[in-house]
Amino acid sequence: MSEGERVRRQRPRQTEEEPGETSAADQVDTSDVDDLLDEIDEVLEENAEEFVKNYVQKGGQ
Amino acid sequence: MTLVRYQGTETEYGIAVVGRPDFNPVLASSLVVNAYAADGHRRARWDYEEENPLRDARGFTQPSAHEPVPEEDVGLANAILTNGARFYVDHAHPEFSSPEVSNPRDAVVWDKAGERILEVAAERAGRMLPGGPGRVVITKNNTDGKGAAYGMHENYIVDRAVPFGQIVRQITPFFVTRQVMVGAGRLGNEHGLPDVPYQLSQRADFVEVEVGLETTLKRPIVNTRDEPHADPERFRRLHVIVGDANMSEVCTLLKLGSTGLLLSMVEDGFLPDPPAVDAPVSALHEVSHDLTCSRPVLLRDGRRVTPVELQWHYLEHAQRYCKEVAVDEVTKDVLAVWERILVALEDDPMSLDGVVDWVTKYRLLRRYVERDDLSWDHDKLKLVDLQYHDVRRDKGLYNRLAASGRVERVVAESEVRRAVTEPPEDTRAYFRGRCLAKYRDQVAAAGWDSIIFDVGKETLQRVPMMDPGRGGRVQVEELIDRCDSAAPLLEALQG
Repeated sequence: MSEGERVRRQRPRQTEEEPGETSAADQVDTSDVDDLLDEIDEVLEENAEEFVKNYVQKGGQ
Repeated sequence: MTLVRYQGTETEYGIAVVGRPDFNPVLASSLVVNAYAADGHRRARWDYEEENPLRDARGFTQPSAHEPVPEEDVGLANAILTNGARFYVDHAHPEFSSPEVSNPRDAVVWDKAGERILEVAAERAGRMLPGGPGRVVITKNNTDGKGAAYGMHENYIVDRAVPFGQIVRQITPFFVTRQVMVGAGRLGNEHGLPDVPYQLSQRADFVEVEVGLETTLKRPIVNTRDEPHADPERFRRLHVIVGDANMSEVCTLLKLGSTGLLLSMVEDGFLPDPPAVDAPVSALHEVSHDLTCSRPVLLRDGRRVTPVELQWHYLEHAQRYCKEVAVDEVTKDVLAVWERILVALEDDPMSLDGVVDWVTKYRLLRRYVERDDLSWDHDKLKLVDLQYHDVRRDKGLYNRLAASGRVERVVAESEVRRAVTEPPEDTRAYFRGRCLAKYRDQVAAAGWDSIIFDVGKETLQRVPMMDPGRGGRVQVEELIDRCDSAAPLLEALQG
């Protein structure tokens, strides 16, 4: 950092609320959520346990 | 002016044959590459002449390498595509190395085209599996969640005159914190931490050292491979291995765009001394483990700053820098996205659902946790974590979200479709791609920086391409259009 300069955020927080796990927004689901999960349930691999167990990769770069 | 930076991505994709866990992944990868490239034409070899992955940016060549070119990789499937990309087998994964592009938006287009190529290739390979038809799953991720990592590397051409140490000093704090904006997210961790059921980056936990040459073990924050694939007197190629493969186009744009801007500022001596991070490797892990993106990082001077504040430092300089040097639209877009994401991360990271991969996937997982009352180590969540990255457009979860308009895109699908077969127009990839398309039977071999022609003479003829910016449409389109075979092309080039 140059002299007199500081590492700072440019913008003040718009809310004092802590983001993440406990924020209110995190609890609010949009109205189409059930539709979304239903749609995804239809395309998910059928046997999660077996698929996850068999998904083993060789290390790469 | 336009801020030109030659760049590209290379992605090792995850691969699995459904229901056949013992299927050899090297064979499966070969089948995928060959299935895409097989069309009865003669296949050009890859030209390794200028390749030396053991040359170190710190000025020496590693004498006894941990990473020789693996014997088993030589002679494996290896295709050079008409879009200028290389599609081949590397370390038991199919790898797509994009053609060289001149800006981060084009990088998004050809990176996405790579996904489409893998999608088609895997579908074809499934039909021709030994032992009967089956299904090959391809994932654009970086870990299997069981201890293995595989890479998405970024490449940036940088002015050779810039001392490598300056790049390292400036880019290390940037890389430690960049993941808050562009992490791909993953369940679990590599450190046995019970309080980290999900984290920002797929890659972070696999990084062990600050600077180094290696890529498969002791992975560094800054990789020192010095293999420019271009005139070594003028260029170096910064080979970045610390990042995640992104499904989000916004993330890919920002990942490459912000890094490119940082390199431009380093080249021009625009940046002040960097805010040096006290213990960069552990900081990288800790930043990845903090979903609030607000836990401070300790600097060497004793101050504590959040990852977002560190990013503001770089963005503010980039904004000032761009007022002085660059006005192109792509750079403006990068700055705008960078600012928008930092503001959102400070307000509420979860508001980036549909924008940033780690948030989009986390929100999806949380909905499952809440609806089905699942624990964070449930197999269904692990499946969602993997299938988010499935390249199939009808089954991959990111792609489902994209199809229903739930994620923000950067480029049009028509551009991606075109990039599956067409090269970028303003780099040497144009010459490579068009030569492959038009003179394939006369191309004996090709690499990043040369094409070797066999026009029936006693010796093969090599056309060097030592400048990534030369060989674009403006320079060679008319010539290639005019020459029906490689012989007159070579005569014209030599004339």
